[in-house]
Amino acid sequence: MIALRNVCKSFDGGRTRAVDDVSLDVPRGGFLAIVGESGSGKSTVVKTINRLVEPDTGTVQIDGRPADADPAHILRRRIGYVFQGVGLFPHLSVAENIGVTPRLLGWEPARIAGRVDELLDLVRLPRAYASRRPDALSGGQRQRVGIARALAAEATIVLLDEAFGALDPIIRADLGQDYRRLHEQLGLTTVMITHDVSEAVLLADRIAVMKDGRLLANGTPGELAAGDVDPYVRELMDAPRRLAERVAERLSSRDPGARDPAGLDLVRGV
Amino acid sequence: MNGQIAQAWGLLPGYLAGHVILSASALVLGLAVGLPLALLAARSPRVRWPVLALASLVQTIPSLALLALFYPVLLALSALALKLTGHGFPALGFLPSLLALALYALLPILRNGVTGLTGLDPAVVEAADGVGMTRTQRLFQVEIPLAAPVMMAGVRTAAVWVIGGATLSTAVGWSSLGDYIFSGLQTENWVLVLFGCAASAALALIVDQLLALIETGLARRSRWRLIGGAAGLVAGAILALAPRFAPAVGGPAYVIGAKNFSEQYILADLIEARLHDAGARTSLRSDLGSAIAFRALAANDLDVYVDYSGTLWTNVLGHSDTPPRAELLARVGRELKARYGVEVLGSLGFENAYALAMQRDRAASLGVRTLADLTGRAGSLTLGSDLEFLSRPEWRAIQRAYGLDFKAERRFQPTFMYGALKDGEADVISAFSSDGRIVADHLITLTDPKGAAPAYDAVILISPRRVGDERLKAALRPLIGAIPVDRMRAANLSVDRDRDKRTPAEAAAVLGAEIGGR
Repeated sequence: MIALRNVCKSFDGGRTRAVDDVSLDVPRGGFLAIVGESGSGKSTVVKTINRLVEPDTGTVQIDGRPADADPAHILRRRIGYVFQGVGLFPHLSVAENIGVTPRLLGWEPARIAGRVDELLDLVRLPRAYASRRPDALSGGQRQRVGIARALAAEATIVLLDEAFGALDPIIRADLGQDYRRLHEQLGLTTVMITHDVSEAVLLADRIAVMKDGRLLANGTPGELAAGDVDPYVRELMDAPRRLAERVAERLSSRDPGARDPAGLDLVRGV
Repeated sequence: MNGQIAQAWGLLPGYLAGHVILSASALVLGLAVGLPLALLAARSPRVRWPVLALASLVQTIPSLALLALFYPVLLALSALALKLTGHGFPALGFLPSLLALALYALLPILRNGVTGLTGLDPAVVEAADGVGMTRTQRLFQVEIPLAAPVMMAGVRTAAVWVIGGATLSTAVGWSSLGDYIFSGLQTENWVLVLFGCAASAALALIVDQLLALIETGLARRSRWRLIGGAAGLVAGAILALAPRFAPAVGGPAYVIGAKNFSEQYILADLIEARLHDAGARTSLRSDLGSAIAFRALAANDLDVYVDYSGTLWTNVLGHSDTPPRAELLARVGRELKARYGVEVLGSLGFENAYALAMQRDRAASLGVRTLADLTGRAGSLTLGSDLEFLSRPEWRAIQRAYGLDFKAERRFQPTFMYGALKDGEADVISAFSSDGRIVADHLITLTDPKGAAPAYDAVILISPRRVGDERLKAALRPLIGAIPVDRMRAANLSVDRDRDKRTPAEAAAVLGAEIGGR
């Protein structure tokens, strides 16, 4: 479904590579999470899929066709894109935000209205929200509208770039689970970027690890945790379990003042 | 007081129409150029810097100077167009005002446009790309709607500037609310000045409020505010411009010019009255600079005005010698005809020479009677002059002939110059020999024993295209030789004095009655 071959990208005229020779495949219905620190190049890789970034060398294929076969805006109307900033249009209502891509595609108003209601149900927002302005919504509700907007034109590919990153933990877990349900229900192909390994493990079928623009590993969560992999990858995959153990230990501890610098490092590093 | 206000109200429709048509055109032109330029500058930092720097630079040019500078430029362009296509265009009045004010409007339109378009939330712009908008769709569906309130604030600033600046168009011969201010200042008619200021301020406030309505309409997506604001602007413009579209009747309209002092207003009104009596239509261009007036006549932007032989001799024809009065007048007539095709219809009968004047008591105590007596004493005296005297060749001739080197030289509006002499801020002033205030203020004019300055006979000039117009010339001929200097002085004083002031039109009527129907 999505195939990247030897993709390279530099933003400084070739001195450093933000993306260095990355090849990836995501099959139809697949759910790939790309994890890595900030600056690892994971966002850039994903943006080559909807051509917000054009690779310097290498190829990107969608459904067996080169991504640059059509003008970029035609491609983007077929690919849902949700990012941390959401970027809802503040001058449009929730319904107009959701319906923006169908309108660009020239759908009938009645069909758009029906689709908006359907999507509000799918992302579990009350239909009455359709007429509200984005600034009247909470952060989690805005992100739900963002997801609805990405799916509105019946996109089968969805790119999530830290889509749940700015939300508080409970809403974040909720929204993640809701999205995974949509992914199954609608048969989507999803590429998700996150710096949160737990999120990747919980939601994705496969995980790709990036560091300094290179792809270090690509496999199922189990493979990455157990197999013969790069020490960085193993440490990264180990982090959620160690963190969970540490959290359990602290919660049962009689001495809440005790400090473990290593544990704090984990929190920061992951 | 009431009479003055009633007179001011009477002039309002014409002035307001001129003001509105000029401001609206300048603003529309500013928008037509400024908005696309702002879009370009917002997209490309390489365009942004030079464009904004240039617009800021224009803003540093004093607005009056900017207006004045466009006149010679347009005159040259018009001559070029005439040569290339056979059609010139008027270089005076509307066009220079329009261009200068439109340039003035550019900066706020550009700056707010660029600020609005570059200050958008990057997430929203990324989302616009992400949902599959083309560049044009992104611009019109996202960027412009979101930047509109900031851009509109710039348009409001531009509108207020343009409406304020349009008062200056009077100086390049376009009638506006500035006519109140300029002629009020000249004739010390402060009611008129205040009236002009108030009218211009009221117009600016009304337009600003209507634009504010549009601005909040854009910000709050309120359709009725948008429509209300726009309808208000359109209705106001139509109402103000209505007098312009009144059907014109009867023959060609003669354009009468006047420079910027009382005598010129009175004579222009006198000429206008005579042409009306002859059944002709006229329009008046007042407050023209001395050099602009002649060039406008030569270019047929004016049809008739009064100038002075000495001024024409030195400033227009560029001579530095000073022949006797009669010879100078004759040669001015011949040379203007030959060089510019302008006809000197004749002399009105009085002279309005530049004359250095002092207070009678002060001159007596210093023992000064002639310019020669000033030689040697000038070093301890201050010279007050009008705005142009010190740059004129006549002054250089007098200065050279008598070796005058004053302690200080100060420039005033003519009106304030007499006040400065009274208050002792100046000891000697560059008065005009036909000025009524010479008698009223007890001044003496210093004689010119060496004949350094030329004679200044007031003459009626006819534009090249009207030289063969016998109706015009017949209507004006009775004025030739009909105005002795004491009559002119009395008429000038009746306008300039502090109490019981006459308007120039009233003074012209009195003068006309005195001359009779000769």
